[in-house]
Amino acid sequence: MDFDLMINSFPKLLNATIVTLKLLSVSLIIGLFIGLFFAVLRLNKNIFINKFAYGYSYIFRGTPLLVQIFIIYFGLGQIESVRSSFLWVVLKEPYWCAIIAFALNTGAYTSEILRSAFQTIKPGIIEAGKSLGISKKEIFYKIQIPIAIRQSLPAYGNEIILMLKGTSLASTVTLMDLTGVAKYIISTTFKPIEVFIVAGGIYLFITFLIHNLIGFLEKKYNY
Amino acid sequence: MNIFKKIIFSVLLSLLVVGNVNADKIRIGTEGAYPPWNSKDESGKLIGFEVELAWTLCRYIGQQCTIVEQDWDGMIPALIMRKFDAIMAGMSITAERQKAISFSQGYADEVASLAVMKGSNLEGLDTPAGINLTKPNAAAKKALKTLTSALAGKTVCVQTATIHQNFLDSGDVGKVNVRTYKTQDEVNLDLASGRCDAALAAAVAFSDYAEKSGKPVVLTGPTFSGGAFGNGVGVGIRKDDTELLKKFNAAIDKARKNGDISRIATKWFGFDASM
Repeated sequence: MDFDLMINSFPKLLNATIVTLKLLSVSLIIGLFIGLFFAVLRLNKNIFINKFAYGYSYIFRGTPLLVQIFIIYFGLGQIESVRSSFLWVVLKEPYWCAIIAFALNTGAYTSEILRSAFQTIKPGIIEAGKSLGISKKEIFYKIQIPIAIRQSLPAYGNEIILMLKGTSLASTVTLMDLTGVAKYIISTTFKPIEVFIVAGGIYLFITFLIHNLIGFLEKKYNY
Repeated sequence: MNIFKKIIFSVLLSLLVVGNVNADKIRIGTEGAYPPWNSKDESGKLIGFEVELAWTLCRYIGQQCTIVEQDWDGMIPALIMRKFDAIMAGMSITAERQKAISFSQGYADEVASLAVMKGSNLEGLDTPAGINLTKPNAAAKKALKTLTSALAGKTVCVQTATIHQNFLDSGDVGKVNVRTYKTQDEVNLDLASGRCDAALAAAVAFSDYAEKSGKPVVLTGPTFSGGAFGNGVGVGIRKDDTELLKKFNAAIDKARKNGDISRIATKWFGFDASM
């Protein structure tokens, strides 16, 4: 064990953790909106809208995240019409390709989590709101959504942790995230065990923080 | 119980025998993704200069060999962890790598070059045809200056853990935006798509790609050798494995004398890259 290497690589890896956290937070925020949007579509009675939303989550949950990143990054980059369109401004950058892939992927899972949460809301609660003369819109925004979010917290916490680990795939499209920098250090020192232990420890610590944050929120919004 | 013991014993014995057979074989690690050095044909079989050379060297050593595939970025760690006994993967002999493993004498050499897409403003740089960085002369220093100003703020793509990445990181051509990829294939893809302003690799890797894909990839600037680019490509061997190192060195001597290396190199490179 080369402890000097572990200590020396720690600050570099911490620096790279910022990239990882940025990727995670930006894709989670975008993914949450996508997920909410598609969860609402899933609850729609119109069969076409419903099937469209189902198709989206089916495709993105049914294919590996790595394949999705590769299709968005290397795949779309091969198409001449994409390269000459305005889309290329965004797709040219590996950072945005990774964000798009992560957001679409987590959005698919989030839509399923939220849909099931919406469906667990007892009809009695909505009926109670109706009988109090609250408008349908207000019931949705002020009763259904908060309850659904609370219901989905444990499952969503899991999704955040899965996504954190998913961000390590950003290194496959040249981004220097935590895994990317770890691999870079290994490429010059040829000592994978030491560096990956430190990188793994950082991932574990972030997971620990996320886990506790979700646990705290669950307790706070218990009813 | 006795019969079970017998079965277990014979299974273990057969494992031992199989294990011994494997131990006699020299396992050679290669990447299979760096044509014409080493690559795979349509059926997934490993082919290329080093694959053919490996069989030749093993014949001279007089031992059986197997060729093992290994991702480039884990090549040296895999050797150290005894997943195989020798590396033949277009790996240049550099001081940095010699800290971790030893190398046989070089068997082939090649020059590195920048490549761009046709029509790029980096095309046709005013530099000599080739520069050696071991003891750079005035012309080489001037060429590095030209490159520094031409590449300022540009994105240059390389395969990770290569001499090409080391060179860009060394600062000899100033601060360029270095992007690293797992394989040379991916570097080529992103060069063609326009995400990279330029790419740096073995000159043959680009000409091979241009020929096979039909993409207008052209070489630009000088060809590089020496310095960060190392001293030829050799067989990488674990430091404590001096016996095997001797065997490979002797085999390379013989193969060189008999003209095998030249012949195989000319076949795969189109020119004699042997050394």
